[in-house]
Amino acid sequence: MSEPEVKSSTLISPVSPLGYPTNLLAPGQTYETVNTTIADIPLRRAPGPWWVGFIIAFLLLLMFLVAVTWLFIKGVGIWGVNIPVAWGFAIVNFVWWVGIAHAGTFISAILLLLFQPWRTAINRFTEAMTLFAVCCAGLMPLLHLGRPWVFYWLVPYPDTMRLWPQFRSPLVWDVFAVGTYFTISLLFWYLGLIPDLATVRDRAKKLWQKKLYGFFALGWRNSAAHWQRHQIAYLLLAGLATPLVLSVHSVVSFDFAVAIVPGWHSTIFPPYFVAGAIYSGFAMALNIIIPVRKIYHLEHLITERYLNNMANIMLVTGMIVAYGYFIEAFMAWYSGDIFEIYMMMNRAFGPYGWVFWLLMLCNVLVPQTLWSARIRRNPLLLFMVALFINVGMWIERFVIVVTSLHRDYSPSMWAMFYPTKWDWMTLFGSVGLFLTLLFLFIKFVPMISISETRELVAEPEKATTP
Amino acid sequence: MNKTYGLVAEFSTHEALIHAAEEAYAAGFRKMDGYAPFAVEGLAEALGKKNRIPLLVLVGGVVGGVGGYFMEWYASAISYPINIGGRPLHSWPAFIPITFELSVLCAGLTAFFGSLALNGLPRPYHPLFHIPEFDRASQDRFFLCIEAKDPKYHEKQTRDFLAALQPLSIKEVPE
Repeated sequence: MSEPEVKSSTLISPVSPLGYPTNLLAPGQTYETVNTTIADIPLRRAPGPWWVGFIIAFLLLLMFLVAVTWLFIKGVGIWGVNIPVAWGFAIVNFVWWVGIAHAGTFISAILLLLFQPWRTAINRFTEAMTLFAVCCAGLMPLLHLGRPWVFYWLVPYPDTMRLWPQFRSPLVWDVFAVGTYFTISLLFWYLGLIPDLATVRDRAKKLWQKKLYGFFALGWRNSAAHWQRHQIAYLLLAGLATPLVLSVHSVVSFDFAVAIVPGWHSTIFPPYFVAGAIYSGFAMALNIIIPVRKIYHLEHLITERYLNNMANIMLVTGMIVAYGYFIEAFMAWYSGDIFEIYMMMNRAFGPYGWVFWLLMLCNVLVPQTLWSARIRRNPLLLFMVALFINVGMWIERFVIVVTSLHRDYSPSMWAMFYPTKWDWMTLFGSVGLFLTLLFLFIKFVPMISISETRELVAEPEKATTP
Repeated sequence: MNKTYGLVAEFSTHEALIHAAEEAYAAGFRKMDGYAPFAVEGLAEALGKKNRIPLLVLVGGVVGGVGGYFMEWYASAISYPINIGGRPLHSWPAFIPITFELSVLCAGLTAFFGSLALNGLPRPYHPLFHIPEFDRASQDRFFLCIEAKDPKYHEKQTRDFLAALQPLSIKEVPE
């Protein structure tokens, strides 16, 4: 406070002693520059790269529809799943997508409760990512049901068969966990969005835009009394979403840990799954934010500081995941159980051994480059590392699901799992669904929280915490 | 037709708006509201606004949790008991995950719909939307509106009071 005032324009990207940029906001930002940068994107025509990306994503989505339609006609027999590997790509994809969702809640809820201002420019984005990833995740077990049209039997309701769901089953817990997660994420995202939709409404020139954004802004008028209730409700939703980050993926891990299959039946699963979830979520967030920041010229709002901090979180959670791999191997050896020891040897040196070593490369080796501050600040290299982690996390779930199941207790039951083209189409098709929703979000919704960025403009000292 | 909703004064910074709100509260005005493009810390308190959301959310969470547990117990022990190797029907540890999820779900639904209901939203029409300058409340300007239904409201005197706070402009809002 007593230090002489420094003109913010002289502070061009200062770097802290730990080697990361200190500014959250580029110098010289005013309310109006923030408004025009963010709120005018939904009102303008979409740029060329948006169309290219959207068309590719939409074609992938169409492929997904083909794969799903054929699945509904023929049944799950079109996939590579069979006994003993009855859980194939659908469950791998489910766990992968739920994991990706977690970074959004971590950024928006946990960092909000910890008063970390570096969430401001990325929280809206990652919340949207959460929603769309949960959509993809939720579809997977439904597709795997065999008779997806009776999926509602999982929900408790007074039905004429006088049956109830089995409330002691982790699979039923999953229905509640994922359903709650989706609902809370949606409410949290929309509640934060209402004031920004009002901003877009008031800036819109065309009547249809005024009507559209006016409808969804619900008549928000920026009243202080409204802001007060809004902020408390938002904070409480963040507080409620926080245990969800930990509980949802713990429940997902129970699907495995409660079974007696070697390689699944392990107490390390809940924390190890949660860390992996945040790890892959941050990787996906970086894979999306880095191109968007470039295409929409948002470098002065999503500064290098954000990229650096996200890379740091990936490094930490990546180390926890690596520890999980190590403990799995250690516990297999330490237990002295022949099935556990065989599971581990088979995982690393059996027919799927090459997948395991690919996993080590993607999830343990490559992320070690993040120790270098130069890589953390280099968007292109960071993008590549994040891509490795995303692939690696998918492989991790493949290793857990498939290599554990394909050789369990009885050698007469051993068999290989080979994915069919329908498996691959479902996986890449779900990426298409995710990206299509994301592109629509980028086009129609203010993708950075405008009102929270204004707070950084009004109180610049918040934006330069070391 | 000639009724007024109130007088609205426009300010350029959030500090000026908080100062104006404090002055107006000290002068005895109660039916008033501030308008700002972001959540200004301390503004609602300066205007003397109260907040009942936390209590509502607690009630919502408790109802969800108790209701969820009751449903699981009723379904598993009363309505549809299945004896599996003599294991207890009321197996409470297995009921905890869903009890937790339903507490969070009901508390979250209460937070969202409760805050909207107490805010009186959705409400597409409001007298303030008549003022063209008021569009900037969602962009970069700060407003204080003293409403005509305040017992201390008097068109001339209130206008003079607001003018003393040196706003950028003062507008009369038609009902």
